[in-house]
Amino acid sequence: MLNLFSHPKRIFLVLFVCFIAFSVWIYAIPLFSPSPYSEKELHLVAEGKLVWQKHNCHTCHQLYGLGGYLGPDLTNVYSRSGNNEHYIRGIVKSGVKQMPAFEISEEEMNALLQFLKNVDQSGTSNPQDYQPEILGTFSLEKK
Amino acid sequence: MRNIGIWLIRIALLLLLAGLFFGHLASESYRITEPKSGVMGFLSLRPLHVSSAYLGIITAGLGFLTLIIQKKRTSRFGTFLQYLHFTLWIIALTGIFYSYFTGDFGGREYWEFNPIWALPIFISFIVFLVFYIHQIGFKVKWPVYYWMWLTGLVFFIFTFIENYLWILPYFREHFIADMTIQWKVNGSLVGAINQIIYGVAFYLMEKISSDEKSSYQKLSFAMYFLGMFNLMFNWGHHIYLLPTEKFIHYIAYAVSMTEWIILIRIFYKWSKQIKENKQFYYFFPYRFLMAADYWVTINLTLALFMSIPAINLYTHGTHITVAHAMGTTIGINTMIIIAGIFYFIQPTFQNTKWKRFGSITFWIVQGTLFLFLSSLIGMGIQRAIWQSGLTSESFSKMSSSSENWVLLFIIFGTILFLSMGTFIVYLFVKSWKKNKFDFPY
Repeated sequence: MLNLFSHPKRIFLVLFVCFIAFSVWIYAIPLFSPSPYSEKELHLVAEGKLVWQKHNCHTCHQLYGLGGYLGPDLTNVYSRSGNNEHYIRGIVKSGVKQMPAFEISEEEMNALLQFLKNVDQSGTSNPQDYQPEILGTFSLEKK
Repeated sequence: MRNIGIWLIRIALLLLLAGLFFGHLASESYRITEPKSGVMGFLSLRPLHVSSAYLGIITAGLGFLTLIIQKKRTSRFGTFLQYLHFTLWIIALTGIFYSYFTGDFGGREYWEFNPIWALPIFISFIVFLVFYIHQIGFKVKWPVYYWMWLTGLVFFIFTFIENYLWILPYFREHFIADMTIQWKVNGSLVGAINQIIYGVAFYLMEKISSDEKSSYQKLSFAMYFLGMFNLMFNWGHHIYLLPTEKFIHYIAYAVSMTEWIILIRIFYKWSKQIKENKQFYYFFPYRFLMAADYWVTINLTLALFMSIPAINLYTHGTHITVAHAMGTTIGINTMIIIAGIFYFIQPTFQNTKWKRFGSITFWIVQGTLFLFLSSLIGMGIQRAIWQSGLTSESFSKMSSSSENWVLLFIIFGTILFLSMGTFIVYLFVKSWKKNKFDFPY
C-alpha cells in the first residue's frame, strides 16, 4: 500500500485534477437550480452583497453562523418580526450598543435589504430547527 | 547575493507583534457599551488584528523558504525574482494597511481591504513559485517538505483566485454558492499556508535530529498526502449549516474523519516524543517545535469533534470555533515560526540569565495560551447553550452574562501579548546583530 507513495508526482497530479473538477462542479451548481428571482432582483442582491462587504457587516454579524461574534446572527433577521424593513433601516441608521450608526444611501439600503431578504429565504440558521441523527449528521426538521 | 529571507522574517515579526497588539485592542470592544468609530473601532480593529496575524504567518513562511532555497542556486534570474517578489509583497502590505487605516474596505471576511491590493499579492505568489522552481529544479529527488512547500504555493495561488470570484456578479447573485466558495477558499487557503509552515517544521526536525531518511520515507509521504487530501476536501465542515448540496457536507464529514489517523499516529509516537523532549529541552528551536506538537494534539482533538455535524450544529458560530482558530494560529503556526527564527538567528540563549528568563517566559506563554483558549471555550459553551434553546434570554442578555469569561479572555490575552511579544521583540533585535547572515545548514 505504501509503495503507492513512491510516485509523489503522479499522486499530486491526480489529486490536483480531482480538486479542479470538484471546484468547477461547485461553481456550476447555480446553473442547475433555477432561481425564483427576476433579473432585477438578482442584480439588487449582488449589489447588496457589496454593501454588506463595504461596511464590514461580517466583522460583528454572522450569516449561517459564519462571521463575527459581537452581534447576533442575521440570517433570518428579515423575517424575525413583522414590518422588519423599518426595524432594520432604523438600527442601521441609528446604531445600537457597540454598533455605530452607518451613513448609508437609500440605494445602498434597498440593496442591503434585498440581500438580507434573499439570505432569509434561503433557509434557517437556528440550530433548534435541526435534528441530530445517529450517524453524526443532522437533518432539517422544522418544529 | 543578499538574502531577502531575513527581511521577510523581520517584517513577519513586526506583523505578528502588530497582530497581538490589535488583538488586545479589539478584545476591549467586548467590554464597552458605546460604539467607537475610525481606526479604534471594532470594524477596523478586527481586520487589522486578523490580517496582521495572517499576513505575519504567510510572510514568515515565505521568509523561511527564501532563506533555505536562496543558497541552492546563484543566478541573476533568481536574484531578480527574489527582489521582484519582495517589492510586490511590500507594495501589497503597504496598500493593505493604508486601506485599513483609511477605512477603505470592500473585501470579504479576513481580506477586508480594497480588492485592488489582492493584485500584488497574487502576482508576488506567481513570482515566488517561479523562484522556488528555479532554485530547486526537478533534477534531484525531493524530500517531503519540498512537496509540502510546492503544494502550499500552488494551492495558495489557486484558492486566492477563487477568493475573488465574488467580483463577478454571477457568484454574488447566488448567495449559497458564493458562501460555499468563500468557505472553500478559507479552508483551503489555511491548508495551503499550513503546508508551508508544517514543511518548515519538518525541515527543522530533520536538521535538528540529523535524520535525513525520514524526509524520504513512504510513510512521511503518506501523511503529507493525507494533509493535502484534507486541504482539498475537508473545508465543508465549516458550512454544515449552509443549505448547499448535501454531497459537499458528506464529503467533508468523511474526509475530516481521516484525520483520526494523524491523531492515532501522534499517540503511537508518544513515548519516543517524551524521550526526545528531554534530550533537546534547552535547545530553543526544539522547545518551540515540541510545544507546537502538543498544541497539534489538543487542536486536532477539538477539530475532530467539531467536524462531526451533530456536534458542529451546537459549537458552530460560537467562540469554540474561535478557540480552535486561535489555538491553530498561535499554538501551532506561531510556535513553529518562533522555533524557526530561533534556529536561524539564535538557536539558544548564550547568557544563563537570559536562558532562565527565556525558559520562564516560554512556560508563561504556554500556560496563558491554555487559559486564554479555555476562556474562549467558556464563552462558546455559554453561547452554545443559548443557541440550542436551553435558555430563552435575548442575545444582548446572553452576551452580558458572559462578562466573567470576557474579563478572563482579556486578562489572559494581555499576558499572552506581553509574554509572546517578549520573544518577538528579542528575536527582532537579535536579527540585526549578525552582519553576515549565516545559519546551520
